[in-house]
Amino acid sequence: MSKIGLTIAGMLLCTTVGAQSARDQISIVGSSTVYPFATVVAERFGQTSQYKTPKIESTGSGGGMKLFCNGIGVQHPDITNSSRRIKKGEFESCKANGVTDIIEVLIGFDGITLANSVDSDQLEMSRKDIFLALAKQVPDPNGGDELIDNPYEDWSDVNPELPEIKIEVIGPPPTSGTRDAFVELAMEGGCKDIESIAAIEKTDKDSFKEICHTVREDGAFIEAGENDNLIVQKLEANPDALGIFGFSFLEQNSDLVQPTYIDGFEPTFESISDGSYPVSRPLYFYVKKAHIGVIPGIAEYLLEFTSEGSWGEEGYLADKGMIPLDEDTRLSSAESIANFETMTLD
Amino acid sequence: MNAQEELNTTEVVRGSLKRRYAREKRFRLFGLAAITASLTFLAVLLITITARGLPAFKQTFIQLEVTLDSKTLGVGENPDTNELRRANYNGAIKKSLTTLFPDVKKRKDKKALYKLVSKGGQYDLQKRVMADPSLVGETLKVWLPVGDDTNSYIQGNIDSSLPEKKRRFKDNQILWVDQLTEDKQIQRRFNSTFFERGDSREPEMAGIKGSLFGSMLTLMVTLLLSFPVAVATAIYLEEFAPKNRWTDLIEVNINNLAAVPSIVFGLLGLAIFINFFNLPRSAPIVGGLVLSLMTLPTIIISARAALKSVPPSIRDAALGVGASKLQVVFHHVLPLAMPGILTGTIIGMAQALGETAPLLMIGMVAFIVDVPTSLTDPATVLPVQIYQWADLPEKGFVEKTSAAIMVLLAFLIVMNAAAVYLRRKFERKW
Repeated sequence: MSKIGLTIAGMLLCTTVGAQSARDQISIVGSSTVYPFATVVAERFGQTSQYKTPKIESTGSGGGMKLFCNGIGVQHPDITNSSRRIKKGEFESCKANGVTDIIEVLIGFDGITLANSVDSDQLEMSRKDIFLALAKQVPDPNGGDELIDNPYEDWSDVNPELPEIKIEVIGPPPTSGTRDAFVELAMEGGCKDIESIAAIEKTDKDSFKEICHTVREDGAFIEAGENDNLIVQKLEANPDALGIFGFSFLEQNSDLVQPTYIDGFEPTFESISDGSYPVSRPLYFYVKKAHIGVIPGIAEYLLEFTSEGSWGEEGYLADKGMIPLDEDTRLSSAESIANFETMTLD
Repeated sequence: MNAQEELNTTEVVRGSLKRRYAREKRFRLFGLAAITASLTFLAVLLITITARGLPAFKQTFIQLEVTLDSKTLGVGENPDTNELRRANYNGAIKKSLTTLFPDVKKRKDKKALYKLVSKGGQYDLQKRVMADPSLVGETLKVWLPVGDDTNSYIQGNIDSSLPEKKRRFKDNQILWVDQLTEDKQIQRRFNSTFFERGDSREPEMAGIKGSLFGSMLTLMVTLLLSFPVAVATAIYLEEFAPKNRWTDLIEVNINNLAAVPSIVFGLLGLAIFINFFNLPRSAPIVGGLVLSLMTLPTIIISARAALKSVPPSIRDAALGVGASKLQVVFHHVLPLAMPGILTGTIIGMAQALGETAPLLMIGMVAFIVDVPTSLTDPATVLPVQIYQWADLPEKGFVEKTSAAIMVLLAFLIVMNAAAVYLRRKFERKW
């Protein structure tokens, strides 16, 4: 018995000895979508400055925000990445925990693509087609405003101009930010083009959201897990299927998959950055102003991230598939970030 | 029993004999089929991983003549460390490429040309110059790693018959690389980077040293904590504890703990070690603490089984010649049970080596470039590294992922081989 007691005492001793004192390394958490870009900046920052390479955890936007808003101090992260803007509730909870001064940085955009294997024909569709093909409930094709369970089986049923192949879309599960963005931008966008549903938005916002955001569950939409590489592999094996994944995976696999035109635009660097390709989302990161000067290197990290060589049109982030902001926005926000201007949420 | 009946029984037995033999044969066949099927799956798995991962152990290098004059590097006379660290090595590499191919004039073509050399090449140069500042002003012949796409072209993973638009590696790049190969300025060598560096976002610069060290540090903590605690627990429960309701309750709880999903231990670790004891996030010490919570029940159960299998006659004999209870346990029972305990421990360790779920909660699923050297440095572990590489868009990471799996498997095989060896060496039969 005494041995157990001794070991437990030893365990406690070791834990208190190792307790955290000062931290000399930036700690970053947050979105898995921003992760591939933030890591590039962090690695470069670590190589070219006298500071340690920041540590980046991939926790998802929501999880990152929760950690970030937990409070001020070395045990809390300094920066969180996010593939959406901070929510009002999150901002409030940050404030309640003493994280009052937050610097918001919009870094660029990420396109979400609908693609199929290069062995089949390249498709062209509207967001309305996407909604009709993938929603759980759609307006009765035989007329009337009533919503019925999605009856469409082939793409040609949705829109006669589309080929006569079975609707099969491989996409990420609901826990994924890519899925959220796809549903919000592509499906809700298509929803608004249908008059009977658009009318609901004005009267009942919640049921409008439910109609537009619910994906069919009868096998036409296949959940394939969070790994985008897996979706690309599945498309290669099944030329009739379409897949949903981020733009950087399309770029890397241009020999295997081709994008679908949405509302007449192909996802390219240009069409995403000027906003004509409709399915793209902003990428952000948030910094605690109180940590600048306490944790060494945060100001320099911000400077590295917002330099032209990194987030510019010819920068290394663009090489990795991030769509840069336009030049004026970049210049003005780089300036306000250099002055550590904090955000307000209206 | 008369003769008539006896004959009948023999006939009955003889009649059913064929069926019984057939039944046995079928059973053997099923068994054989099951083993063949599982071996086939294993073989397919190992072959695909090896086939994909082997190319990662070789890396393509390009020979360049780089002039490190202070003007290109953008450093003054007698530069200090900081200046040398920030110097424009990339510019020097670009310059040497454009002197090699002076016909390349257009911006777009130049960009394609620069992509031949890895972005990590500048860091190699930086390291050399910082180690020897007198190199500034010299012209060096250096071998630098090539870029991701160039590497996969050299490996034959890019089909040059595809139309140019569908390839990441363009016609002019193929032309340059073919010429360089002819001039013997491109070479495939053993990829020492893979074993010498931590994580990177450039596949050609990424290594497993960081996660390998992270795994070792974490497992060390796990072993040091869980082995003594588990053995002491097992000895007490098996040899000293009275059999009553309390010990029954403890036994049931230990058995239950062994079946708890590992993520729960991660949550526990987050609440206790990080939030209460304020230990740093992402540190091997926290990882080791969490994993030892997870492996404790496994080791306790196997240690108790090993203690139980020591024949009571040995205990009786020792007690008979006057040994105390403690002497009986430590002089006789424990040494005899040790092989079984060690086997259980190593199996528990192997389990801990493959865990990712509990580490997610305590921040060890992270991008960490620097190789950890102490228990409080941020670190990640091998399975996490594999999971992260599998998720990245760059194609070069496909082979790195498989190569990392091979390293993890090698680690596991070594541990299991050690378990088998220890068992064979110390095993006693009665």
